[in-house]
Amino acid sequence: MAIEGLERILAGHPLFANMAPEFLDTLAGCAKNVRFAAGDYLFHEGDDADHIYLIREGQVSLEISAPGRGSMVFQTVASGSVIGLSWIVPPYRWRFDAHARSDLRVIEFDARCVRGKCDADPVLGYAVLKQIMPVLVERLHDTRVQMLDLYSAGN
Amino acid sequence: MTGAGTPIPVMIDVDGLDALIAALAAEGREVLGPVRRDGALVFEPIGAAGELPRGWVDEQSGGHYRLKKEGTAFFGATNGPQGIKRILHTPHQRLWRTEGSGDATEIIPEPLDDTRRAVIGARACDLAAMAVQDRVLMEGTYGDPHYAARRGSLFVVAVNCTRAADTCFCASMNTGPKATAGYDIALTELEGGRFLAVSGSDAGAAMLSGLPSAPASAAEEAQAEEAIEGARDQQRRIDTDGLPQILKTRPDHPRWSEVASRCLNCANCTMVCPTCFCTTVEEVSSLEGPETERVARWASCFTVDFSHIHGGAVRAGAKSRYRQWLTHKLGTWVDQFGELGCVGCGRCISWCPVGIDITEEAAALRREEG
Amino acid sequence: MQAIDSHTDPMVPVIAKVTRVTRDLSDVVTFEMEAEGWRGFAPGQFNMLSVFGVGEIPISISGPQSDSSKIIHTIRDVGPVSHALASLRTGAVLGLRGPYGTPWPVEAAKGRDVVVVAGGLGLAPVRPILYELMENRGDYGKVTLLYGARSPGDILFAEELRQWRSRLDMGVEVTVDRADPSWHGHVGVVTAHLRGADFDPKATTAFICGPEIMMRFTANGLVDLGVAPGDIHLSMERNMQCGIGLCGHCQLGPHFVCKDGPVFDWAVIKPLMRVKEL
Repeated sequence: MAIEGLERILAGHPLFANMAPEFLDTLAGCAKNVRFAAGDYLFHEGDDADHIYLIREGQVSLEISAPGRGSMVFQTVASGSVIGLSWIVPPYRWRFDAHARSDLRVIEFDARCVRGKCDADPVLGYAVLKQIMPVLVERLHDTRVQMLDLYSAGN
Repeated sequence: MTGAGTPIPVMIDVDGLDALIAALAAEGREVLGPVRRDGALVFEPIGAAGELPRGWVDEQSGGHYRLKKEGTAFFGATNGPQGIKRILHTPHQRLWRTEGSGDATEIIPEPLDDTRRAVIGARACDLAAMAVQDRVLMEGTYGDPHYAARRGSLFVVAVNCTRAADTCFCASMNTGPKATAGYDIALTELEGGRFLAVSGSDAGAAMLSGLPSAPASAAEEAQAEEAIEGARDQQRRIDTDGLPQILKTRPDHPRWSEVASRCLNCANCTMVCPTCFCTTVEEVSSLEGPETERVARWASCFTVDFSHIHGGAVRAGAKSRYRQWLTHKLGTWVDQFGELGCVGCGRCISWCPVGIDITEEAAALRREEG
Repeated sequence: MQAIDSHTDPMVPVIAKVTRVTRDLSDVVTFEMEAEGWRGFAPGQFNMLSVFGVGEIPISISGPQSDSSKIIHTIRDVGPVSHALASLRTGAVLGLRGPYGTPWPVEAAKGRDVVVVAGGLGLAPVRPILYELMENRGDYGKVTLLYGARSPGDILFAEELRQWRSRLDMGVEVTVDRADPSWHGHVGVVTAHLRGADFDPKATTAFICGPEIMMRFTANGLVDLGVAPGDIHLSMERNMQCGIGLCGHCQLGPHFVCKDGPVFDWAVIKPLMRVKEL
């Protein structure tokens, strides 16, 4: 697929909706379109977080496994969102498994490439952080709400 | 009042008062008046003026109530712990009971109280409170028929206050010391066991016309007004101007925490308040059979379980419970019923075991940041 | 519509008879009953239900408005009265007063998109809205139901949710806080699905019912997306002993939740929710 096409796709993704075109241009150089089949793992806990995945279509479950308990899904992520944020902070290692629940179309970034460009151009780096931070804060907030166990009989 | 013009005041004496009590009783009424009981004034059935607490006055201040001998007035003592609310909105009201069980269960509504009553000695603040309770319990979409039945058959003989207790603040609440509505007959006691009587209803006028009386002179009318004027000189007051909005917009004022640290959450203030109307509905089961009954009892927003929802109490802290009570009385009551829920009787001050003073609290909350 | 009024005292119930009991969850039942004089209700209203010898509690009506031949309630066994209600068998008699309270303004949402967000047992009080939307589907714009439950085993009305999901004229997303391996749906909070839902914020009416925290976050989330606070309606819960504004227990600031609510709009409720322990 042509680079222009990717830029357009990036611009249309909620995560990059507000980003300046020149930054999209720069980031598109690190990106490519990728598909996963239902059941595939995008990555496993402990893997290097060297990719960023923006979901274009499909659903991914974030899981942690334990002996005797199988895979425990703590969150599902769907179209328009980003999978995992560990690629942005050292030691760049995934803390959970990402498991495709359906056939997936994603934009896959080379995280090293993005980090390199962000380090080289702090203005770009800040712009990327500003796009990522709301997702991070929202996930944290949602996790807190989940922990409150709002729907238990006591509430 | 359907009669024409301003009612003409007349003078009655102690014999007239006795005749009034007798005439009310002759109508088949239970006549209630203030009597001394366990060191306080309470409304109880009376048969003659001689049972009234003549020569007694009350001494009230924060956390303090005492009756003492002073003077010779029949109605020298102002308010006891309970006003006339207790007569109309009873502390315990059976609502209904069941008979039979299963398919044969029948619900028997509690009959309305058909006892006709008369109360002698109701004060202006209590009549104002009665009007407030009328609004709550009779004038909404739904009403309390038990209250309405008692209220409808109550004959009210008001007594205008000619002295104020230290805890009174009716003047600033515009509810007293002179009764202006809600009575059939209003009395103002003058020296020597004489009463200036004026009717407030057709029934009152008819009753008065049957009593031994004499026309009131201009001088006697002036004396009565002067005596009432004397009761207007009160130590306490609440500045109600803009107060509802102030209270509603300052839920985090430090004063709430401060007063909560003194408040014992004993609920006394709500039990003596003449406008407090809250009730809790309880189930009373028979030990012998399937029959059961439902009763409504006075409730207090100072108890934790008052606001209980599954999961816990909404107002778990003393601060929020005091805030609810005061903000309701002097704030949100206006939103709900178009008037304040406080009539300035001062009972909550006297009967608070730690002497919390609603007038002081209102003033403190009015000041920014305590 | 008027409350049953066979006695002059609104505190006196009429006899109702349970005609059918369905166990929805281990601690939740739905029962149908009949009562003489029942003239129907509007979605969002509640009844006061009495179990003789135990007590009385408010329970929202969870059945269809269009069928006034039966009265349907969904009850979770959490307290003495709800336990007794949840234990009633077909044929049992109970006391009924109602319906009381302000309804969801469903009619006013005609011609607009509708977003219904429910959490836990909060699906029961909004079910009458969903029935109304289905029955008059052409009168409304896009319809979305977002439902959050504790776990897959706690999902209320699961069969109906499946049916609604299969409809092409309605978006339904169900999410759970805690998944088990059998669960293939969403995991996470219900508010996470607001952004992906298909509605025009400027022409949307939202109905929210669930735990207060969930309703707060959902309402704020909808406002962030551009829905007007006055178009967001939620159902409040407070202690109710009379249901008719006489007992005083359910006060929320200037409001009696029983008669001024239980349904309020967010413009009214938001400032009150800022005050703790109001």
